[in-house]
Amino acid sequence: MSMETLVWLIPLPPLLSFAVIILFLGRQKAASHWVALSAAGLSWAASMLVFAFAIQKPNLAAAPILSSIAWLPVGKGSFNVGVQIDPLSSVVLFFVAWTILMIFIYSIGYHNFGQPAGSDDKPGLPPHGAEETHHHETHRVPSIEPLYARFFAFISLFAFAMYTLVVTDNLLALYFGWEVMGLCSYLLIGFWFAKPSARDAAVKAFLTTRIGDMFMLLGLAALYSVTGTLNYREVLSNPAVLDKLASTASPIAALSWAGLIGLLIFMGTVGKSAQFPLHVWLPDAMEGPTPVSAMIHAATMVSAGVYLVIRFYPLMAAGRLDGGQTPPMVAMAFIGAFTAIFAATIAVAQNDVKRVLAYSTISQLGFMIAALGVGAYVAAAFHLVMHAFFKALLFLGSGSVIHGMEHGALHSGDEVDPQNMFEMGGLFRKMPLTFWTFLAGGLSLAGFPFVTAGFWSKDEILSGAFGGGYMVVFITLAAAAFITAFYTMRQVTLVFLGKPRTQAASSASENSLVMTLPLVVLAVFAVAAGWSANWFKPFVGSMLGESGIEASTSLVPLITSLCVSLIGLLAGWLLYRGYEARQPDPLENILGPVYNLLKNKYWIDEFYERVFMRPAAWVANVLVSVWIDKIVLDGILHWIGRAGLSVGRFLRSKFDLPVINTGLETVFGQSPLYVGNGMKRAQTGRVQEYIIMAMIVVILVGVIVILVVPI
Amino acid sequence: MIPLSWYLIFAAILFCIGLFGVIARRNLMSVLMCLELMLNAVNINLLSFWSYLYGKDLQALVFVAIIFAAAAAETAVGLALIISVYRRRVTVNANDLDMMKG
Repeated sequence: MSMETLVWLIPLPPLLSFAVIILFLGRQKAASHWVALSAAGLSWAASMLVFAFAIQKPNLAAAPILSSIAWLPVGKGSFNVGVQIDPLSSVVLFFVAWTILMIFIYSIGYHNFGQPAGSDDKPGLPPHGAEETHHHETHRVPSIEPLYARFFAFISLFAFAMYTLVVTDNLLALYFGWEVMGLCSYLLIGFWFAKPSARDAAVKAFLTTRIGDMFMLLGLAALYSVTGTLNYREVLSNPAVLDKLASTASPIAALSWAGLIGLLIFMGTVGKSAQFPLHVWLPDAMEGPTPVSAMIHAATMVSAGVYLVIRFYPLMAAGRLDGGQTPPMVAMAFIGAFTAIFAATIAVAQNDVKRVLAYSTISQLGFMIAALGVGAYVAAAFHLVMHAFFKALLFLGSGSVIHGMEHGALHSGDEVDPQNMFEMGGLFRKMPLTFWTFLAGGLSLAGFPFVTAGFWSKDEILSGAFGGGYMVVFITLAAAAFITAFYTMRQVTLVFLGKPRTQAASSASENSLVMTLPLVVLAVFAVAAGWSANWFKPFVGSMLGESGIEASTSLVPLITSLCVSLIGLLAGWLLYRGYEARQPDPLENILGPVYNLLKNKYWIDEFYERVFMRPAAWVANVLVSVWIDKIVLDGILHWIGRAGLSVGRFLRSKFDLPVINTGLETVFGQSPLYVGNGMKRAQTGRVQEYIIMAMIVVILVGVIVILVVPI
Repeated sequence: MIPLSWYLIFAAILFCIGLFGVIARRNLMSVLMCLELMLNAVNINLLSFWSYLYGKDLQALVFVAIIFAAAAAETAVGLALIISVYRRRVTVNANDLDMMKG
């Protein structure tokens, strides 16, 4: 089998797995996860083969692995759909394959496979736990998820869409995978659909990303109508097309076609990667099961948004003068940097262990977008890969913590919120493996110097911003990095260090190997992947033909990232190491009213509620429903109806009743009745009387014939 | 030789008896039998005219034979109808069978 065929086959196993589970294995728990797992394993193996082949292929950027078929005949030619593995998609394929496989394995443990079914568990609600009798003692133990098979079907479909998005060679197929992922995200956030909060979060995520997707579709259509192709290579590796796009003015004032299409595509990313102002769905998306948060809302789907803008960077930067920025780049730099610091500040005041990570994800995605905005192409791609590993690790770790806390809560009967960090503490003794792996992920996120992947990738971004002379972006990102280190240490300290603050925390226990093994694998990547920086940079940098922005040789960014990381970590530890149960958050004393602002996420949700939701509801309920529909439209219709009714009444009383009924009825209605009634008597029904009548007629006719006809 | 008119008068009487029976009798069986009488009166007429006017030809006999066959068939159908009426209505009285009354 050739390598091209293998690339085609990568997305296939998860799709088959989805079909098989949804059609045949709806109630079979073990079979469903074996099918899903073997599908993920096959895709993983194929991806690794392709990756190994790709990195050994010389000059991969100029001569990628390509294969395509004519899919749809249009106009004179045909629309081709195919696969393409170049340096960028090969590294993305690498982390996607690993994180998806790990998360599939982890899900088995997370959904309590092997545990008894809870007696009062219902589909659509998280399992409540089951009674188990052991040596004549009854324990509460976690119970298996009622919709176990459905979960594996959905994540299989998701994996299919993600693989499709990565290996494809054109924007249309990417858009297809993008939308299927949006659907899966909706289905999985609302996996516990009987919870109103999960339901709302699912709808919110779907609608919010839809706004971005709409613009992206416009960008796609504009690109197709201007260039006549959506193929990456025909647009992005073709200087003639890029020059034409950059030099032709678009209908929107002062923007070239490249600028307009770039901005539209970037808006798709804003929705998918949860950038300001469309970031509001991602924190709410944490209502879904934790593997979903890890896979869709940290490692792969939100990364797809960044992947899209990295992929289209040549278009975004088309027409860029030396060292300057094009309009899409300005937008990316501004929105990315703002989102990075904005989300980071919100994260410091959250107390839900998953919500902190959600805001952290938004913030880190902002780093990547900002990096692209200042032209640090390789740094953005590098951070994308590193972030996928350590953020998947952190989410899975937090899921492990939550799972352990739930176990402790069931065991001790202590009803606490298993996601509230302030109810935890001291878990490092109870859950050592989770602690060490979480620490590795956390330090990587905080950019702990030299040994972690996060340090190297973040340093790349900072030095890109510094070297390009974008001081505002540089300072903003440095501040965001400081806050990142701070909230990471706050989280680690609150969750794992100190003494247990609740009974649930003190009776929490480590999870089984099926959950901790993926943590260990991802922890290895979260630390060691950063050491590939020297190989990574020229490999992905070759995508641009040139080396992209020259990394600054100055020591300033290096020292900055070193300092912000260490000081942030230290500050987090100092502030929270002495935290006792039921105290207010120490940060509240320092920040005062600002803390409240952060805790309430700058009131953005409330702002949207007032500005968009309520007016929309008012338009629907009052303007359209009452005024336009009930008063105007119904009024016109009722008027027409009444007019018709009165015409009818007039005709009835003046024409129908006197003329038709009384007049014509007598002539045509009554007289046949009289005649009929009279004639009716002849019809006696007695056959012999008919014969008599026949005889009389015969006699009469005979008489007439005899008398009249002369003989 | 018996004059033709005798045969015709006899046939006319037979026909009238049959006609009276068809009209006056209430029992359907009798009505059917009287109908046969009327048919036979027609046959006598036919045979008389043939014998007196076309004595050397045999074609009229064929007509008579056809009328017999038709009469037999008609009787079979009529009997079947009467039996089925009797099964349904438990009567063969012609006055009671007036469902077609207007």
